[in-house]
Amino acid sequence: MTRRQLIAIAVLLLVACVLPQVVSDYRVFQFNLVLVYAIALLGLNMLTGYNGQISLGHGAFYAIGAYCAAILMDKYGVPYWATLPVAAAVCLVAGFLFGLPALRLEGLYLALATFALGVSLPSLLKYHHLEKWTGGVQGIVINKPEPPFGLPLSADHWLYYFTLAVAVLMFLLAWNMLRGRIGRALVAIRDQHIAAEAMGVNTAMVKSLAFGVSAMYTGIAGALGAIAIQYVAPDSFNIFLSLVFLIGIVIGGLASISGAIYGALFIQFVPNIADEISKAAPWAIFGVFLLGFVYLMPMGIAGAVRMGLARLQRKAQNK
Amino acid sequence: MAALLEVAKLHAAYGLTRVLHGIDFTMDEGTITTLLGANGAGKTTTLRALCAMVKTQGEIRFAGQRIDHRATEDIVRLGIAHVPDGRGTFVNLSTEENLRLGAYVRKDRDNIDADLERVFGYFPRLKERRAQQAGTLSGGEQQMLAVSRALMLRPRLMLLDEPSFGLAPLIVKELFGILRTVNAKEKVSMLVVEQNAAMALDLADHAYLIETGRVVLSGTADEIKRNDSVRRSYLGY
Amino acid sequence: MEAFLHQVLAGLATGSIYASLALSLVMIYQATHLVNFAQGEMAMFATYFAWSLINAGMPYWPAFFLTVIFAFVLGVVIERTIIRPVENAPVLAVVVVFIALLVILNSVTGWIFSYTIKTFPSPFPEEPIFGRFVTSHQGGAIVITMVVLALLFLFFRFTPLGLAMRAAAQNPESARLVGIRVGWMLALGWGLAAAIGAVAGMMVAPIVYLDPNMMGGILLYAFAAALVGGIDNPAGAVFGGFLVGVLENVLGAFVIGNELKLAVALVLIVGVLVVKPSGFFGKVFVTRV
Repeated sequence: MTRRQLIAIAVLLLVACVLPQVVSDYRVFQFNLVLVYAIALLGLNMLTGYNGQISLGHGAFYAIGAYCAAILMDKYGVPYWATLPVAAAVCLVAGFLFGLPALRLEGLYLALATFALGVSLPSLLKYHHLEKWTGGVQGIVINKPEPPFGLPLSADHWLYYFTLAVAVLMFLLAWNMLRGRIGRALVAIRDQHIAAEAMGVNTAMVKSLAFGVSAMYTGIAGALGAIAIQYVAPDSFNIFLSLVFLIGIVIGGLASISGAIYGALFIQFVPNIADEISKAAPWAIFGVFLLGFVYLMPMGIAGAVRMGLARLQRKAQNK
Repeated sequence: MAALLEVAKLHAAYGLTRVLHGIDFTMDEGTITTLLGANGAGKTTTLRALCAMVKTQGEIRFAGQRIDHRATEDIVRLGIAHVPDGRGTFVNLSTEENLRLGAYVRKDRDNIDADLERVFGYFPRLKERRAQQAGTLSGGEQQMLAVSRALMLRPRLMLLDEPSFGLAPLIVKELFGILRTVNAKEKVSMLVVEQNAAMALDLADHAYLIETGRVVLSGTADEIKRNDSVRRSYLGY
Repeated sequence: MEAFLHQVLAGLATGSIYASLALSLVMIYQATHLVNFAQGEMAMFATYFAWSLINAGMPYWPAFFLTVIFAFVLGVVIERTIIRPVENAPVLAVVVVFIALLVILNSVTGWIFSYTIKTFPSPFPEEPIFGRFVTSHQGGAIVITMVVLALLFLFFRFTPLGLAMRAAAQNPESARLVGIRVGWMLALGWGLAAAIGAVAGMMVAPIVYLDPNMMGGILLYAFAAALVGGIDNPAGAVFGGFLVGVLENVLGAFVIGNELKLAVALVLIVGVLVVKPSGFFGKVFVTRV
């Protein structure tokens, strides 16, 4: 990583840490969700951006993580931080298991299968035989965690910092994975599947693992999201959740770690602003932006930033 | 009298790979001209360039009009029928449906049935198989179908890309005989790309030899047949 | 036994709707090798158009036909403006465009018409006219679907334009060589698919009530139907539609309960894709390296 990038990240972290001191509690809650979505988008981006496996059903893994957290906290009194490893493990396995049959599906067909998962998800969650655990249509309400050791922070602030810590960890992990052999293998499979296989990449293993790890990330995000919102219910995990994740990575920037952050900011704050106009407006705007980005800025915001910086650098060099 | 087809400084490329480096040739109405050359010389590309199936630079004139920046579908409407490399059969449609498609752009729809009978006259075997799925026809029959489909357009110019490919010599003889008849009776001009130089030179009036995207030799078929280097490289004696 | 018969016939009725939508999907897939994720929303949007005509006082059948024409034009316009630029783009770009279309149609409908559920009239009488095992609407939906299918069959089989469209879908390059304007054939295909979808939407709306999210589950069943029948086989899609409709109803009523009916679609889709992607009647494709 270049020195410039290190400085940028340091500045970003500084801003993130100072943020709760300067904005209202509600804004802190919103930025908490931004961090949650960033982790989820990072997960999806690993699978779809880097590895080329299109998932229109990632909301399912988010939901699994969320319900893990909610059920453990509500029915078994597990502390909030302990639900994360469980959610991670469950989603890792679930993702890997889904990734196995997905090996046989390419592009459009995988999109179709995951789309089916996304659409049928709420009805699966409402299944009355599972109601004992899932709380059925009404869902589950959970309590906001208190700061530990009696630290002088509000619950909202504490949760924000907790999420920030988890996010930093997850991003570090991802960055390490993606810049090495694994990252190259993922991209090789995406771009030239058959050649990668011929070169000795164990495509089946890599693809299934990619699914697993991607699901794990999104599941952890789901758990964090459930804890922040303090509520899970089947209808909040409909197809539009999966679609909003897709929108996030496309607009943020495919195959890019910073893209996850741009995308998360976009999907959290655009609805806020657009809601003023009408209930339907946010999605109309998403759709229009999506089209705009596909035609005009296929590399997303991250790509535009990169190009902009490169242009500035060239101008400086030419002086 | 202006030539039917005039090609000047034709360049063509597939993406970044240049294949034609300035082809020049002309064709008069009513004649059969053949483009000869080895594999990869650029013969097929020349035909595809004429039909705007590949990016080109240079001038192509058909009956005096420039056609080099027109779309394929419009060039067809000018009366140019292309029998492509590999025959281009609609394999899931019936023989008759393939033939009727050849007449798709024609405005005189009343004559189509009559033309169908005429084409069956040249190729009786197609008539036997008119309801059969075109993909189940033999190689020779599919070639006849491709030529017939082109004839259904009532074209002024027919472009044929390696019509002898994969066919037994007897069938090629039969096919070329019919081509000569069609040329004489219906005044259809033909531009034939062929690797089988011997048979092509028997069919054609004029010939051009293409090597690595350029015309290196031109003349009447007789002249080319007697040319020493052609005899050695392409006719094998 | 009576209950079973009732479920089967009801299944055929909803199956006719799945069959129509599946046919739309297959038509577009055959021509472009693309799955139109927005097919359901296009049908829903057209149905709302019909609703507003009827609401403004137009009698049912004129509104019906006007809507079919509207949907046709909408399909053509969408193909020419939104789909054409990404026809040869990578898969992800195309999927994203379809999703964008889905999302825009859904939200614009909600914006214009609000999300409150509305009733949509049926052109068929209250009293059962097809015997006592089906409502008139159910029987009518089957009849209308059969009529539409018959018209389509005649069009594709016996008209020059239909032949040209089939040719363009199968072999675009050869089609150009006989002068067919392949781009416009694609647009026409989209128009027809949208029109069929509109018919499906208008037939299903009286049953499930009009709401911007009404087509989600139905689209899923249509996908399942198209896959079961072979994604490139129109007749297969129709067969698949009726099969899925009957299965959904029968399984839902007697085996798994109504809640998991959508899960049936999910299982069918994943199952077919993994086990036999070409469906019952489709062709197997081998990729050349």
